[in-house]
Amino acid sequence: MLEVKNLGKNFDGFWALSDVNLSVGQGERHAVIGPNGAGKSTLFNAITGYLKPTTGTVTLDGRDITGAAPDRLVRDGMGRSFQRVNVFPDLTAFENVQSALLAHHRRLWDFFTPGDSLYRDEAQALLAQVGLAEDAQRVAGTLAYGKQKQLELALSLASEPKVLLLDEPTAGMSPQETMDILALIKDLQEERGLTLLFTEHDMEFVFAIATQMTVLVQGTPIAHGTPEEVRASEEVQRVYLGGEHAA
Amino acid sequence: MLSNPMFLAMTVLNGLSMAMVLFIIAAGLTLILGVLRIINFAHGAFFMLGGYVAWQVAEVWLDGVPGALWIGAVVSALVLGVLALVVERTMLKHLYGREEHYQLLFTFALVLLINDAVKVIWGTDILTISHPDSLRGAADLGVTFYPKYRLFLCAFGVVVAVGLWLLVEKTRWGRLTRAARMDREMLSALGVHVPTVYASVFVLGAGLAGMGGALAAADRSLFPGMDAEIIVQCFIIVIIGGLGSLWGAFLGAIMLGLLTSFGTIFFPQFELVLVYLLMIGILLVRPWGLLGREEAT
Amino acid sequence: MRVLLLAIAALAGFAALPFLFGDYGIFLGAEILIFILFALAFNLMLGHGGLVSFGHAAYFAIAAYALAILLTTYNWPLGLAFPGAVLMSTVAAVIIGYFCVRLTAIYFAMLTLAFSQLVWAIAFKWSDVTGGDEGFVGVAIPDWLTQPVSFYYVTLVVVAICSAMLWVIVHSAFGHTLRATRENPQRAEFLGIPVRKVRLVTFILSGTFTGVAGALFTLLNRAVFVEFAWWTKSAEVLIMSILGGVGSFFGPALGAAALILLDRQITEITEYWPTVLGIILLIVLFFLPDGLIGLFKKRKPDA
Repeated sequence: MLEVKNLGKNFDGFWALSDVNLSVGQGERHAVIGPNGAGKSTLFNAITGYLKPTTGTVTLDGRDITGAAPDRLVRDGMGRSFQRVNVFPDLTAFENVQSALLAHHRRLWDFFTPGDSLYRDEAQALLAQVGLAEDAQRVAGTLAYGKQKQLELALSLASEPKVLLLDEPTAGMSPQETMDILALIKDLQEERGLTLLFTEHDMEFVFAIATQMTVLVQGTPIAHGTPEEVRASEEVQRVYLGGEHAA
Repeated sequence: MLSNPMFLAMTVLNGLSMAMVLFIIAAGLTLILGVLRIINFAHGAFFMLGGYVAWQVAEVWLDGVPGALWIGAVVSALVLGVLALVVERTMLKHLYGREEHYQLLFTFALVLLINDAVKVIWGTDILTISHPDSLRGAADLGVTFYPKYRLFLCAFGVVVAVGLWLLVEKTRWGRLTRAARMDREMLSALGVHVPTVYASVFVLGAGLAGMGGALAAADRSLFPGMDAEIIVQCFIIVIIGGLGSLWGAFLGAIMLGLLTSFGTIFFPQFELVLVYLLMIGILLVRPWGLLGREEAT
Repeated sequence: MRVLLLAIAALAGFAALPFLFGDYGIFLGAEILIFILFALAFNLMLGHGGLVSFGHAAYFAIAAYALAILLTTYNWPLGLAFPGAVLMSTVAAVIIGYFCVRLTAIYFAMLTLAFSQLVWAIAFKWSDVTGGDEGFVGVAIPDWLTQPVSFYYVTLVVVAICSAMLWVIVHSAFGHTLRATRENPQRAEFLGIPVRKVRLVTFILSGTFTGVAGALFTLLNRAVFVEFAWWTKSAEVLIMSILGGVGSFFGPALGAAALILLDRQITEITEYWPTVLGIILLIVLFFLPDGLIGLFKKRKPDA
């Protein structure tokens, strides 16, 4: 589904990423883990068009999307949620999702139809799916952090992505919130047949949900495989137990 | 015309003396922009007020006293500094978190109030300050004669530039302002009292503008509304040089000064247009200015 | 529904103006209408798009000059000259906007200022065509418009139609999308919204309607002055918008009317109108953050 080949990113002489080869198959839940500074965010940014890769290619469903602009990526079927919550703070949750749906259904250039009236049912349904049905009329910026994350998910899902990239989905969450999000993500993924690629620090979460893992250290993958394979790998143990790991 | 050395020298010196006055004002503006991230439209008004205060000191209260202008300049800087402090502590600081256009509106309000205050106190007549005795008349530079006062302005601008550079690079205060420019949250997390840093930058910027106004008043005339043109020139300089960059403001000021002084002679029809084209050019090609730092989005 | 009733009431009020206030009221009313349009067009970018432009005077002035020149120097009929003048503003908005939307925040604002000042400089220097410092006076207005009353009703109709168009645009799907780009451009990109394109289109729409206001202003004054292009005109419309309230559709209209009325009234009493305005601005800034319209609206419930 998503193929990353020989991806590299050079910042002023420093290789933040090098020789990254990653393959995410349809329906996988693929985790990218690694110590701080390993380049996980850089990798995500390079895949999602935020940074132009210096070398390598990224292919989505057979289409070359290397360095493509974010809005094109989304239209091609990639979605992304953000580590720091990234919603539209002054709009209500309902309006947030409506805007996402408007964009997805390409009603951007419609200067005549009142935006309010469009996709009301879909918006309500989407909010219900992520558990925000009662909070629809609340202003997004005033929602609790966990709920904003749920809204974030709703926004990413509105564009009906085939592949969803989740950037540290449990960052800043309490254990309970983490459990909730875990269940939610699993449900949504199964319902919609999504492919997931995510980065995480919370190892419990990772091992509970991932079907495949890649370990990134200093910009290069050092291990691939199922969670059991990775956990058993000597390389990985050395990295994590050898003092380089900082959670 | 260019082949005439006297003429050339005069045009260059005119450009430079104008540049140095503009630099002293623009330096304050760029500091405020860099650290507080506020577009201070009132900066021209600070300049104007500084000029008027100096006039009051030098021509009215201390008329005939030697060194009156210098005293006036110091008083101007102090008055503007105090004014800035009061304004910042009572009103401006409440606006830091709000969107940019609110801060803009605030500085507009200041412009209106200062302009009227000047009219009330000093009326609408055009005023000038006379040159101090020590700098009266022209110096013989060999290639040309040139007003001593303007030469002083050129030299003083350099002194101010170096002084500010030392302040920003070599002092703890300077380090704090540089850090505040880059990451204010980090700074506050480190226990630095960020509001004090902000206030001090605003005060310094205003003080510089006031002093610049005082010194300029001996070279050109004072009239209400003179700030409107000055502020645009300051913006041009700050954009060319780079937001927050001191040497950028210096370079930008020199470029504007020379472009204006050569422009008015050689292509008077286009000189204004050229200035704005330069500003546009910089913004299109290198928006962070010639000596500015490219910021991460 | 409520909005429609208020709009009709306002329309009726403006329509009745000539009968109540005579010639003085007509000129004042026309000026207010023109600036209402200017402020509404401007707020499309500021309030809805989150884009602070310091250069809207450019589109105002370009259409103003273009109309004056087309009518007087080239003797075009009004039916051609008016759209022609507005078209010039549109073209300017396309070109300037194309460059400006590549930048953000303060750089965007500075570039709009630079272009606007460039327009001013050209108007100032090209005195053969524009009249330069002295302005372009004696614009050839068609006979049927020389009556203040007829001019007033034409203005009212044009402003009402344009305002209605802006209303529809703001509330359309495009308007929703625009607000999303204001709130969070990064997130908007990741929803598939081409933020730069949306901003450019907004720029062009805003510039076009501003041009209409500028052209009307030429008809009102029968003259164009270079001050129309100086940055303080941009500042005026910014002040009107914030004064009225950028968060609502009608806020800027209210701000425009309030500012002009206050200006007239206060300058009759004292020459220190700037001080009064400065104080009003400070009051609005600190006590009425939603603008004057905040006095009439309930805050959005967020509990």
